[in-house]
Amino acid sequence: MHVAKHNNQVKTGESVSEPAWVRCLLITIALGFLALFLLLPLAAVFVQALDKGWEAYLAALHEPDTLSAIWLTLLTATFCVPINLFFGVVAAWAIAKFSFPGKSLLITLIDLPFSVSPVVSGLIYVLIFGLQGWLGPWLQDHDIKIIFAVPGIVLATIFVTFPFVARELIPLMESQGRDEEEAALTLGASGLQTFFRVTFPNIKWGILYGVILCNARAMGEFGAVSVVSGHVRGSTNTIPLQVEILYNEYSYAAAFAVASLLALLALVTLVIKTVAEWKIQQTLSVTESER
Amino acid sequence: MSIEIEGISKNFGAFAALSNVDLKVPSGELVALLGPSGSGKTTLLRIIAGLESPDSGRVLFNGEEATQRQVQERQVGFVFQHYALFRHMTVFDNIAFGLTVKPKKSRPSREEIRDKVHTLLKLIQLEQLADRYPGQLSGGQRQRVALARALAVEPQVLLLDEPFGALDAKVRLELRRWLRRLHDEIHVTSVFVTHDQEEALEVADRIVVMNQGRIEQQGTPSEVYDHPATPFVFDFLGNVNLFQGRVHEGTAQMGGMRLSSPEHATANDVPAVAYIRSHDIAIDRVPIDASSISAEVGYLLSVGPLVRIDLVLAGGETIEVNLPREEADRLKLSVGEKVFARPRKMRVFVDDYQI
Repeated sequence: MHVAKHNNQVKTGESVSEPAWVRCLLITIALGFLALFLLLPLAAVFVQALDKGWEAYLAALHEPDTLSAIWLTLLTATFCVPINLFFGVVAAWAIAKFSFPGKSLLITLIDLPFSVSPVVSGLIYVLIFGLQGWLGPWLQDHDIKIIFAVPGIVLATIFVTFPFVARELIPLMESQGRDEEEAALTLGASGLQTFFRVTFPNIKWGILYGVILCNARAMGEFGAVSVVSGHVRGSTNTIPLQVEILYNEYSYAAAFAVASLLALLALVTLVIKTVAEWKIQQTLSVTESER
Repeated sequence: MSIEIEGISKNFGAFAALSNVDLKVPSGELVALLGPSGSGKTTLLRIIAGLESPDSGRVLFNGEEATQRQVQERQVGFVFQHYALFRHMTVFDNIAFGLTVKPKKSRPSREEIRDKVHTLLKLIQLEQLADRYPGQLSGGQRQRVALARALAVEPQVLLLDEPFGALDAKVRLELRRWLRRLHDEIHVTSVFVTHDQEEALEVADRIVVMNQGRIEQQGTPSEVYDHPATPFVFDFLGNVNLFQGRVHEGTAQMGGMRLSSPEHATANDVPAVAYIRSHDIAIDRVPIDASSISAEVGYLLSVGPLVRIDLVLAGGETIEVNLPREEADRLKLSVGEKVFARPRKMRVFVDDYQI
């Protein structure tokens, strides 16, 4: 049956297909657009970064301020990704597997960070934790620094990257239904056993996909972090902020060298994302064939 | 283990899935919950399993209160319509799952689990497929694996939710006969949900007919089929023709037919409906008695052991008649001929029921 269906598709594909020159033109336009707006800038980053040679490139990365920015970025991601992973899985689980009042409101709220400008996301935290903000005086009395310090950067980044894991998992878990979990429960499995032995294996590629997107955004976030960071060199600058500072100081080679780190991160993210997407398609096609 | 359901009700929002249902399933019986979709049969099954909790009423296992028991503690095997096999596990691991999640104290050893799984694989005749994944099996094979997985934990009760609903006709027939034989071997109390009357009649010891969240009738297959308690049951089990008319002192007047209806001897000219199965109508060339009614052959389909004939009555209504092939051949019917239809068996319900 599968073979027959496949043949069928090939046939219809040929009969409704456009002439060769139209196909060529469309493909050329699409590829040309990609090359001009995506590949060229990406190449430019690396060319500019290596403009003064490998030594200058490495030296630029070894700057103490830059090292501190890299360190802070890694630290931020180390906090954000696990926290968003946990809440993302919990939220997706709740939304996909149960029905409760306020469910659609929760779905809307999860999307909020996508629809709000990152600058506003940063400002929210300044308004809450800043000196003039609601909790500012209390925090100052207790000598807790959040705004213009690492906790503020982490909070703003968590806010901005919140939707990634949940958004990725909700449709995946919804498409898989509750049957397998219910089967596990009737077979005597506890809630945790059900999660780790039945649910998790089915969503692990979706989780990976969500985590790498979340991570890429956490490391690359500029707007929200810029508002809460205070731009203290060697202390509250993340990689994107450091790039901006270097660029504004006309040290182009150094700016591009640091930027190339983010570009590399993007490339790695893309590769993992492609693999994860492919794996998710595989799991989904198994679901389809079981229906 | 016996199951008792006492006064169970369940609402989903404004929709009453079950209203005040009472049911007893004696130990070792195979019971079918039969009804159209939306009749509450699956909800009832899920409440027995503990996958759904009732709004009111009690569930008793062996006479013991079990309403609040967790799914895991109920020792029920549940078989889902879409199999619900763990797609990332092999057939072997699927069947072993219930044993491997047991707490360390009561968990069988690795060897015991292996032996048990192989015994079950033999039972479902899929020994050579132990290392396959569910995606590589046919629907019938998947459902057998699902059954073996449920049986592995030696459940006290086996619950099956439209177990053959997603299979094609031939496999469905094979599998339900296999289920019947299996039940005769292991005698575990079983409840299965189906909307297929043929399946229920063939497999079950007892049939519970459900409609709109209530039980219409329960009894052995022949009780339910031969003595339907309500118009709904009559209509749901088998092809049926309806005649509108009135009953007066034990005689029903339906269109041109006069039928005796002794069960309504005290009726005083009340509206009534006669239910006549399509195989309970005889066709004659001449009128035999007062119940004969003239008709014209509108349509003939003679494929298989039964010949299907549509008769058009004087008033323009069409009734369906099924005749054994031999009898139809003897009559040599053709479309457009005048004949006489005569109900051999029927049931009159006075009009206080609605289907």
